[in-house]
Amino acid sequence: MMVAADMLQIALWIAFGAVATAQIMAMIRLVIGPHTGDRILALDTMVVNAIGLIVLLGIAQGTIIYFEVALIIAMLGFVSTVAYARFVLRGDIIE
Amino acid sequence: MMWETVATYAVAVCLIIGAIFSLVGSVGLLKFNDPMTRLHAPTKVGTVGIGALLLASMIHSYAIGHGALHELLIMGFLFVTAPISANFMAKVNIHRRDCDLPPPPPKDKTWSTMDVPAADREMAEQANP
Repeated sequence: MMVAADMLQIALWIAFGAVATAQIMAMIRLVIGPHTGDRILALDTMVVNAIGLIVLLGIAQGTIIYFEVALIIAMLGFVSTVAYARFVLRGDIIE
Repeated sequence: MMWETVATYAVAVCLIIGAIFSLVGSVGLLKFNDPMTRLHAPTKVGTVGIGALLLASMIHSYAIGHGALHELLIMGFLFVTAPISANFMAKVNIHRRDCDLPPPPPKDKTWSTMDVPAADREMAEQANP
């Protein structure tokens, strides 16, 4: 039993490091991204990685109270991505 | 006791899978050199990466005693909305001429009009004179 708990801790640290590294890489693409489409894509990836970090925090603390936070961030991320893309495409968000 | 051990190992495996896919997707986002190619890399993060992390969260909630399947909502929402946002970003790339564009269509007078090509009109007349 102790071995399984230790392995879960190690896996949690590895997952935290990997997702945080992924978040930093997406941020680099957001800064250097030469085109507008790349910046929108980097923001979308950062939202998904933020949901992953929140889920990892919920696993690490052993609670399920972060579920609503993750769901609301997922919805806001989709709406903001579509709003950015529509603004570039149409010059207006709601016509 | 045995069941909880297996569940904890399953949580660890799901976490590793999700972490690897998140990292691979972001490395692709950073390394690829064409906007449309870059569009394809983070889809791994949006499906398998976040899906494995949410699956790990669900299994962990059962392993610690109060099980819940709430994370299926986030998973379903992300899986449904990922193609829509990807389609919008591809349209942005095409709109701003940031990628290789498809060849222009051949010029004619009938495409997207009420007019019909002469060959089709002859076929229609032969079918029902």
